[in-house]
Amino acid sequence: MQIANLLIEPTVETLYMVFTATIFATVFGIPLGILLMVTDKGQILQNLPINRIFGTIVNVLRSIPFIILLFLLIPFTRLLVGKAIGTTASIVPLSIAAVPFMARLTETALREVDKGIIEAAQSMGASPIQIIKKVLIPESLPSIVSGITITIINLVGYSAMAGAMGGGGLGDLAVRYGYQRFKLDIMLYTVIVLVVIVQLIQAVGDFIVKQISKNR
Amino acid sequence: MIYIEELTKIYPSKYGDVKALDGINIHVKKNDIFGVIGLSGAGKSTLLKCINMLETPTSGSITIDGIEMTTLTPGELKETRKKIGMIFQHFNLLSSRSVRGNIAFPLEIDGVDKKRIDKRVDELLSLVGLTDKAQSFPSQLSGGQKQRVGIARALANNPKVLLCDEATSALDPQTTLSILDLLRDINKKLGITIVLITHDMNVIKQICQNVAVIDNSKVVEQGSILEIFSNPKTKTARDFIKSVSFSEIPDELQKKIDKLELDSSEGIVIKIGFVGKITAKPIISTLVKKFDVDANILYGNIDYIQDTPFGTLIIELKGNNGRTGKALEYLEELGVSVDVIRGSEHMEHH
Ligand SMILES: Nc1ncnc2c1ncn2[C@@H]1O[C@H](COP(=O)(O)OP(=O)(O)OP(=O)(O)O)[C@@H](O)[C@H]1O
Ligand SMILES: [Mg+2]
Repeated sequence: MQIANLLIEPTVETLYMVFTATIFATVFGIPLGILLMVTDKGQILQNLPINRIFGTIVNVLRSIPFIILLFLLIPFTRLLVGKAIGTTASIVPLSIAAVPFMARLTETALREVDKGIIEAAQSMGASPIQIIKKVLIPESLPSIVSGITITIINLVGYSAMAGAMGGGGLGDLAVRYGYQRFKLDIMLYTVIVLVVIVQLIQAVGDFIVKQISKNR
Repeated sequence: MIYIEELTKIYPSKYGDVKALDGINIHVKKNDIFGVIGLSGAGKSTLLKCINMLETPTSGSITIDGIEMTTLTPGELKETRKKIGMIFQHFNLLSSRSVRGNIAFPLEIDGVDKKRIDKRVDELLSLVGLTDKAQSFPSQLSGGQKQRVGIARALANNPKVLLCDEATSALDPQTTLSILDLLRDINKKLGITIVLITHDMNVIKQICQNVAVIDNSKVVEQGSILEIFSNPKTKTARDFIKSVSFSEIPDELQKKIDKLELDSSEGIVIKIGFVGKITAKPIISTLVKKFDVDANILYGNIDYIQDTPFGTLIIELKGNNGRTGKALEYLEELGVSVDVIRGSEHMEHH
């Protein structure tokens, strides 16, 4: 019972961090992914300078290990939320790590749309915006949803790391009780809760994908 | 209706430029079903895509109904494309939409309101015979049904022109015929000009009125289908015709004819090609009776191109004292095409 009480608050904190960061990742990452795809060579809004600039930013962010990103972003986080530790502060580095990740996954999903279908839409006089809204997104929706699922699961892992650096949540709990006070049972329960969260997210994600692609 | 002039398309590449189209000149008349045939890589798809500017020509001009396509602004091009339908070898349907949704797509693009879309889609579904499949998804349809959806979708905005890129190449022969029937119906009923490209001469033979043969990025022959079938000028055209008709001499037979011992110095082997009504006349018996020659039929066939009978006959004529020569003159007067394929060395006066 005591252990359950101990687990509830960090679990809520983890979910709060993960889902807020997911919202940012989706809101910024998906449009960025679309931009990367449509501005590439031979695509509907080819614009290589824009493509190179955003592509480079995404690559740079993705090549920085998360633990280093956490430290690098401290001044920026402080500027944004007024402090560098705590759950809300952790959302900043989590989002910044997740946006480029989500962008690449979205880009990959959109690339899987058959070029012939895009060509067909063009032959009917569709504008680039119409092609994005009515062709690219609906056609790749199952892959995009899978991408969101993967992003959320990644964020669960990252959030534990952020937590360990003083960000709250389950990672924080595991480090403070499990590691520093040698309470291995708490460490174990933390892991179990994390596993359950990941399983649930995956199951929900798979279910949604299945629903969308039922008839395809 | 469609005038293509000096159309050239070059694809630049690291390993040297690819000239996919080289000085193409084609004229498609209104209400025509115009076929473009060529081997793989000849440039057919590129040509079709240049017509609606999916590919930008390197040089040359394309006018459709008086509109010069190559100089349109992006906005004008979008509007013009709505009046040019296109169907594809692999159908290119949206897997995320039902049959109804796919046919509605071009109407949505055009900003038509929901009610009118529903009405128009119903009309189109019945036109292509898919009313009962309205709620199905592409993955649940056969190839022929998918192409019907493609056709309905292409017709949604009442186009004046329909471009078909290998529209039947992914279908079995029977389904191909039913799709070709549908295209012919559309051409007749709706007065839509159709340009279709294919590597299958059978498709051309079934529905085209005029044809261009394209080889190595160039148009090597162009004319009415009967002209091309009865008098092919290039090897490419002859090879295509051989694939669907026996009007061209099979190689085996050609070898036999070459070796044939001719009867006398006046013996000849001739190839007669007929088109249309003449096939109904008893040419050979007239020849034998009137000129007292012996006619030995080596090969013969009668074929139909759409509704026109079309035949080839190879006969050996035996006779002397100038009788074979006279017989030949008579045939030429009849207006059938005659080729002396053996013994011409003795026929200088012809
Ligand atoms: N996007 C492209 N970039 C570079 N080269 C191309 C491109 N599209 C076509 N080509 C080249 O242009 C030539 C003509 O191609 P095209 O697709 O028009 O041929 P096709 O007659 O339609 O052949 P098929 O019957 O195989 O479809 C080929 O040599 C091809 O490799
Ligand atoms: Mg092709």
